[in-house]
Amino acid sequence: MEKDILKVEKLERVFRVGSEDVHALRGISFSIKEGEFVSIMGTSGSGKSTLLNILGCLDTPSAGDYIIDGVSIKNLSKNELSTLRNRKIGFVFQNYNLLARTTALENVELPLFYNNSVPAKERRERAEAALKLVGLENRMEHMPNQLSGGQQQRVAIARALVNDPVILLADEATGNLDTRTSYEIMSLFQDLHHQGKTIAFVTHEPDIAMFTTRKIKLRDGQIIEDAPINTQSAADALANLNLQKEE
Amino acid sequence: MNIGNLIKIAISSLFRNKMRTALTMLGIVIGIASVIAMVSIGQASTQSVKSELSSMGSNMIMIMPARQRRGGVDMGMSSSKTLDNRDLESLSKNTKYVAAVSPNVTTNKQLIYGNNNHSCSVSGVSAAYLDIRKYELKEGVMFTDEDVKRYNKVCVIGQTVVNELFTNGENPIGKSIRFGSIPMTVIGVLASKGQSGMGEDQDDIVFAPYTTIQKRFLGITYFNMMYASATSEEESELAATEITYILRSNHGIKDGADDDFDIRTQEELVSTISSVTSLMTTLLAAIASISLVVGGIGIMNIMYVTVTERTKEIGLRMAIGAHNRDIKLQFLCESVILSLIGGVIGIVFGLIISYVASKILNMPYVVSQMAILASFVVCALTGIFFGWYPAKKAANLDPITALRYE
Repeated sequence: MEKDILKVEKLERVFRVGSEDVHALRGISFSIKEGEFVSIMGTSGSGKSTLLNILGCLDTPSAGDYIIDGVSIKNLSKNELSTLRNRKIGFVFQNYNLLARTTALENVELPLFYNNSVPAKERRERAEAALKLVGLENRMEHMPNQLSGGQQQRVAIARALVNDPVILLADEATGNLDTRTSYEIMSLFQDLHHQGKTIAFVTHEPDIAMFTTRKIKLRDGQIIEDAPINTQSAADALANLNLQKEE
Repeated sequence: MNIGNLIKIAISSLFRNKMRTALTMLGIVIGIASVIAMVSIGQASTQSVKSELSSMGSNMIMIMPARQRRGGVDMGMSSSKTLDNRDLESLSKNTKYVAAVSPNVTTNKQLIYGNNNHSCSVSGVSAAYLDIRKYELKEGVMFTDEDVKRYNKVCVIGQTVVNELFTNGENPIGKSIRFGSIPMTVIGVLASKGQSGMGEDQDDIVFAPYTTIQKRFLGITYFNMMYASATSEEESELAATEITYILRSNHGIKDGADDDFDIRTQEELVSTISSVTSLMTTLLAAIASISLVVGGIGIMNIMYVTVTERTKEIGLRMAIGAHNRDIKLQFLCESVILSLIGGVIGIVFGLIISYVASKILNMPYVVSQMAILASFVVCALTGIFFGWYPAKKAANLDPITALRYE
């Protein structure tokens, strides 16, 4: 049996808004195994962002436990959580969050700056390798404003990969992209998945979720569906798109 | 995060916003440059005043009659008539540390030569006066002790007087000038000394035998004051003590009673004036440092705006693993680098300004290592002090909110 990369148990998160308690998560339990490509779906207010923040160790649960790569985050300090994020998690955001006026290469190097065990030379090599992996070997010295949206997102993915995380967390990573570029990005994610990466992909678009292997659907802070998906190939979808265009 | 990476990140952040960085630095540059320039100019003027004072004779001693009170009324400085020939004689003969002594009686006279006239101060002195005050003759001779003894009507005049009276370029030597109604023969012309440190014209002067002034002009027997020179600069205090002793015994002053004269050595004068000019320097530096504070607040302001503007970047850095401390140090590092670079540029500018000023004002060029060192330390402290609050604000941001910030 494959090992659990992350596991949540009876996860609860309560926010206090004024004098009212808002239950964003109401006892969620699931686990993601190594090599899975999971989409987390739900409408806004369903609690998927809250869940993602907790999975990303940016937030801590009010109750329940979260174990990532064998480490329970229950009793970790802020700094320990930071280190955990640096070593085990790769974030991909909807709006890329690249540093302006900074080359693609330097953007990708950024997470390794916060890891003292990586010397400068290795930092550069790993960043270059990550950019090659996402197909931007010719764009390393480009600034974000010289790159298209899809290319910027690729830089962001390279940045997420550079510290060799146990899981990639993508938050609406295709939300700012047109259909074609979305498919290209999803195709890249599928390639990474085939190379054995574990990916959790938050989205509200069902057609994007079709490219993943498993769907977890949330509503009102609870899981209402958790099922494997009959995965479609993003490369095929892209080819179809091209075909339609030619017709 | 190690310090090398930290500095690298801070510098690349500063480079990303060259214009803003330059403008922020400008405040510090101006602040430091003005402090350096003011301190250098102040010190230079102290030095030039000092050197001019010593050109007046660094072993000079002035002896003045004390202020006198008559019936409770202050008669003003040097109002008593206690210095006379007896004092002159005993000071010239019975001393070990006094090299020369000259009385001084002054009066203002209208000098007339041909169609020209010029009003100036006439000093009645002895032949030794030139040496004591470090005057030199350009032409002719100084009057002798013989001239003093005979109340001869001879005089030595300064360059300004020559220019005023002998307007068509005649040689003044041997010519007769009328002092009011009394004609006096010019036997010497003084070499030009220029302006004194206090701005008075040292060439607008006439010397005549003191006896001539006393008998023919004023009809007095006392001296307004006396000038002496010590055998060396180091011995001027000893000479002053000696003079005090002789004058007290001459004047019959009992032990415990106050002197009826004042003695000032040039050394004292130098230290008095130095303390005034150094006070000026401090004052200038204090005013200049206000601009330094303003520059520091500029840094704080920009750093503060920067934190808000870069909220998303801070969120991202936290998301990819930056500790709060890393964020704080990054911003602190940025402000320290900003102020240090600004400081270095400011020091260079300050040195250039003080160099130019020294050329224009004709003063020595003084580089104050102390001011440079202090500026550098102040820069670093400014960076830390004014960078601290914004840096702390940045570090305390919540990564989730920071990432969502628009």
